[in-house]
Amino acid sequence: MSHSETNALEIRGLWKTYGNGRQALNGIDLTVRPGDFFALLGPNGAGKSTTIGIVTGLVNKTAGSIRVYGHDTDTALEAAKAEIGLVPQEINFSQFEPVIDIVVNQAGYYGIDRPLARERAEKYLKKLGLWERRHDRSRTLSGGLKRRLMIARALAHEPRLLILDEPTAGVDIELRRSMWDFLREMNRAGTTIILTTHYLEEAETLCRDIAIIDDGDIIENTSMKKLIARLNTETFVLDLGSPITAAPVIDGYRFRLVDPSTLEVEVNKALGMNALFRHLSEMGIEVQSLRNKANRLEELFIHLLDRNNGSDAPA
Amino acid sequence: MPRPSPRFHRYLVAYKTIVVKEVTRFARIWLQTILPAGVSMSLYFIVFGHLIGPRIGEIAGYPYIQYIAPGLIMMSVIMNAYANVVSSFFGSKFQRHIEEMLVAPIPSAIILAGFVTGGMVRGLLVGTVVTAVALLFTELSAHSYAVVVATIVLTSVLFSLGGLINGIFAQSFDDTSIIPTFVLSPLTYLGGVFYSIELLPPVWRSVSLANPVLYMVDAFRFGILGVSDVPIALAFAVIVGCIAVLWCWSLYLLNRGVGIRS
Ligand SMILES: Nc1ncnc2c1ncn2[C@@H]1O[C@H](COP(=O)(O)OP(=O)(O)OP(=O)(O)O)[C@@H](O)[C@H]1O
Ligand SMILES: [Mg+2]
Repeated sequence: MSHSETNALEIRGLWKTYGNGRQALNGIDLTVRPGDFFALLGPNGAGKSTTIGIVTGLVNKTAGSIRVYGHDTDTALEAAKAEIGLVPQEINFSQFEPVIDIVVNQAGYYGIDRPLARERAEKYLKKLGLWERRHDRSRTLSGGLKRRLMIARALAHEPRLLILDEPTAGVDIELRRSMWDFLREMNRAGTTIILTTHYLEEAETLCRDIAIIDDGDIIENTSMKKLIARLNTETFVLDLGSPITAAPVIDGYRFRLVDPSTLEVEVNKALGMNALFRHLSEMGIEVQSLRNKANRLEELFIHLLDRNNGSDAPA
Repeated sequence: MPRPSPRFHRYLVAYKTIVVKEVTRFARIWLQTILPAGVSMSLYFIVFGHLIGPRIGEIAGYPYIQYIAPGLIMMSVIMNAYANVVSSFFGSKFQRHIEEMLVAPIPSAIILAGFVTGGMVRGLLVGTVVTAVALLFTELSAHSYAVVVATIVLTSVLFSLGGLINGIFAQSFDDTSIIPTFVLSPLTYLGGVFYSIELLPPVWRSVSLANPVLYMVDAFRFGILGVSDVPIALAFAVIVGCIAVLWCWSLYLLNRGVGIRS
């Protein structure tokens, strides 16, 4: 327990049963080290937002304990809250409030005097490309800009721990990349970041550590590197020059004929691609182009969820 | 002078922020929040004061228009303080920006005080507008400024609290107008705005005494005209007692997270 003070977030035995009887969390444990860039992954309804809601004081917990930079939310709730900046999953500002007021007021709720609050608002609105729109009402912003405004708002009190619940949902690629750059820069400057996302590429590019949650249980909690390393197969989609009628059979490779001119193949990393192409051309199968079926993490993710649901199958 | 503690300072800044946000909100939509009271009061004064009033004659030695003026002012203070907090609080729940306050390191009492102050400011502002309208139709002078100010401040606080509790329980926009229509309006109309309870048969006079609005209207009328149906100390005791009860109730509800935390 001697290191516990230093952790950015420590969740122990967290349970949540909603008022309607829905059990969302089954006693989860989670540790996020300071300075980490942490991904919390899971399918819809897994319990990600519930976890975040409880940590930030928006949802009542049923049982368990939470420490934020050593502050227990049961005994030092305000100190814990002061450390956190939250970007919620759903847009939640006043539709009629001008952009700048939203950021300045948020700083105010954290006890920051107006002059400093205005400075902060300027700083972060500029960084997030919203300064020109500062007098516009929030509802006139596009969806992507609303997401950015939520980030600016979460940073108004310059928290040590930034929690983002699907910050890039519905954001186009260009804006998403610039958001990634921004978050990476924040993380490099020392802010601990926890992120949930459904874009696995996002988690893979940004995050150092990862937890996978499914149906209220943490089913995996490790470093991104270790997780990816565990994946020893990769699936490719081959577009064929001329149609074939049956999937070929080659030792070490698993084929699936999607349609007469599209072939899927699962390749073991140890075997590689050269041998595959040699076998295929020997069989007279002409490959016109190939692409990666899904991103690697995606396959692993689906695999892990399958396994979890398999073991949970009703007796 | 000792520097205020950082925590106190933080609370104070948060409180001021909520108040500014609340006042900005209703000021931005003044056509819906400030003006209507002025218009309906003008109508009351024209219809009840000028057209019907002369036929009614005097109550407690005052022309009817002058007798009802304090009640009408009080009525708009009550309605507006209540409406401000119920719609603002419900709106912030509905659009979910109440979460901006819920994630911040401040106790519920600060949030409560902020919303209530917002409602109070609107109540006082509307009260001022309505008084200005009243002065176009009749003469008013304060018998006791202290009583006038105290009553109007306490009443707006009380009904702001009422609006907040309504906002906590409301689950739809309809729920925010049910209480004003079916509870607040009857209590106000039957609270001695338009008549003295001395005019009622004894039974109804006793029933009226159970209506808290009566004490506010009565105290306010005493502040302006110097006449009242009930002792002024009793009136204040009732108002302050109601405030204490509603304050504790709403604080309890906010702490429990009723309607705002699942
Ligand atoms: N307020 C609520 N009342 C009742 N049940 C709820 C409530 N909020 C969430 N749930 C349920 O709790 C479970 C977990 O939901 P949660 O929102 O935490 O999932 P999530 O992982 O964030 O999903 P998503 O990726 O779709 O955002 C779901 O089954 C959901 O239906
Ligand atoms: Mg979610």
